Amino acid sequence: MSDRLTVRKTYKLYLGGKFPRSESGRTYPVKSAEGSGLANAALASRKDVRDAVAAARKAQPGWAAATAYLRGQILYRVAEMLEGRRAQFVAEVRDARGGTVKAATAEVDAAVDRLVWYAGWPDKLSQVLGGANPVAGPYFNHTAPEPVGVVTQVAPQGEPLLGLVSVLAPVIAAGNATVVLAAQEQPLPAISFAEVLATSDLPGGVVNVLSGRVAELAPWLSSHSDVNAVDLTGVDDAELAAECERAAAENLKRVWRPVRPDWTAAPGLDRLRACVELKTVWHPAGL
Amino acid sequence: MFYDVYVHSGRLYRYARPASDGPSAPGVAPYTDGHGRDGWWSGGYEAPVSPRKIAIMTSLLASGEALARLRGLPGVDQVGLEQRAAGLATRSIKTTAKAWAIDTAIGMVDLTTLEGADTPGKVRSLCVKAMRPDPSDPGCPKVAAVCVYPAMVPTAAAELAGSGVNLASVATGFPSGQVPLEVKVADTQAAVAAGANEIDMVINRGAFLSGRWGVVFDEIVAVKQACGAAHLKVILETGELATYDNVRAASWLAMYAGADFIKTSTGKVSPAATLPVTLLMLQAVADFRAETGRQVGVKPAGGIRTTKDAMRYLVTVNEVAGPDWLTARWFRFGASSLLNDLLMQRQKLATGRYSGPDYVTVD
Repeated sequence: MSDRLTVRKTYKLYLGGKFPRSESGRTYPVKSAEGSGLANAALASRKDVRDAVAAARKAQPGWAAATAYLRGQILYRVAEMLEGRRAQFVAEVRDARGGTVKAATAEVDAAVDRLVWYAGWPDKLSQVLGGANPVAGPYFNHTAPEPVGVVTQVAPQGEPLLGLVSVLAPVIAAGNATVVLAAQEQPLPAISFAEVLATSDLPGGVVNVLSGRVAELAPWLSSHSDVNAVDLTGVDDAELAAECERAAAENLKRVWRPVRPDWTAAPGLDRLRACVELKTVWHPAGL
Repeated sequence: MFYDVYVHSGRLYRYARPASDGPSAPGVAPYTDGHGRDGWWSGGYEAPVSPRKIAIMTSLLASGEALARLRGLPGVDQVGLEQRAAGLATRSIKTTAKAWAIDTAIGMVDLTTLEGADTPGKVRSLCVKAMRPDPSDPGCPKVAAVCVYPAMVPTAAAELAGSGVNLASVATGFPSGQVPLEVKVADTQAAVAAGANEIDMVINRGAFLSGRWGVVFDEIVAVKQACGAAHLKVILETGELATYDNVRAASWLAMYAGADFIKTSTGKVSPAATLPVTLLMLQAVADFRAETGRQVGVKPAGGIRTTKDAMRYLVTVNEVAGPDWLTARWFRFGASSLLNDLLMQRQKLATGRYSGPDYVTVD
């Protein structure tokens, strides 16, 4: 038997590029699929949501102003970093959702592939979603997609890594900043993924990861007036989702609430399209 | 034998000398006696005594006594002061107390714009904001005052007329104060004549730090005279005074010289207002009232940006100086961005949702 002390990780939040504990000081026990205790995760409060939104708001203009090429490079870098820690993530995903090592490996591989897929999109979005429009009149009319700004998201429950990556990658690829609430019962891979983000040249505050209760935080994520769009993918309770939609409607935020998404299927452009605003410009054309 | 007095380096000198050839008085500005003659000590004893001369003599005598008192002030316990301030900053203010604190703080704001790039349009929009900080809520209180450069006073005065919002102007060569006394006095008179009813003057830090406290004292007296009915706030620029002992001495000096308010900073020097410095000045005004019966206000300025900060200051006012100071008459915040944060917090309390910068005016 080894005489070393066990070095256990303290899972905290990822907020503004740092890893603080919850402002409230609360934690909650996280169990494996088999029911054994894995760790205590930070139980974020509404004030952590507030701080995270402030951090995202601060970081967003700089991220949107970065060239599309650079955003793609950084997303690719995230994929590289995740690939480099593959074994750790396979173990964490398996702990979190149970099942075979093979299934866990498939989830981690799919997450890496998804990042690579989205890494190709930032410098192609404006060509695919925008373009020159034929109009009657002496105008050059063109449409360009622009990020909506700060997006709050509830990551899907059940796919602790692939689900998280699938919701946040398109949002940041388009130039938004995000505050994402990790899967409530399986938050540990998400917090470890935050370490990947922190070492991938992604500016602090562009992605903020919280762990906590969906029922407690989703209404705050939806009602915050300084948020531009809400992604309710991980809100499974229909009543809660309706409440969140009502809160979001208060200042006409964009709401994204997909029906039973299949994370293993090719993602398509839906999520990218959902987090951009299309700006159309009429420019007087020459004689 | 004639006796004469003068102040040098904060000390009161009294000496005898023949009437015909007076000694030169080092370090004292050569006041004229109102009759075209040079200094009142330079042999002009036969001249009629003008009111101005009497005022100057009184000031010199008063400064002598005041400065002697300043020398006797106890030193500041730095560790104790900072620990006390840190302790007061941990108070938690919630619900109804928070709502009260936010409204009180809004009513105490001196909404300030002191930039080289200030335009009449910017000053006008600031005045409109001062009168109605939250256009979506008529119940939102007005701020205490608008604070601008002297050149912007006519613009602001026209906008604020009859609104109940005071108009403060910085003066006396703000922010450095490194101009001759005549310019400081003229600066003040011009601001008052243009409609300012509060004057924020800066002390002569160069004189203060080199020990010529009498010069500082006399300048404040002269500016106070130039203010007439306008309130005088004396900016100590605590960030440049180096020690807490100096802050305490400068506070008392300004109060003895006739300040209606003592203010921490110009906002142009870092550090600007800090909680320990404000605590120290609040102690000074409380002690000054106990000693002389005259109440003086306090205005921290610069670096107070959040509602949480403002509430810490209010707690400190209440605990150190007492509730008598918890009104805009006796306590002000010199700030610009603070107001928006107060308004956002106010909206959060009213609606239950976090607000954002899109829901308050930009400047």
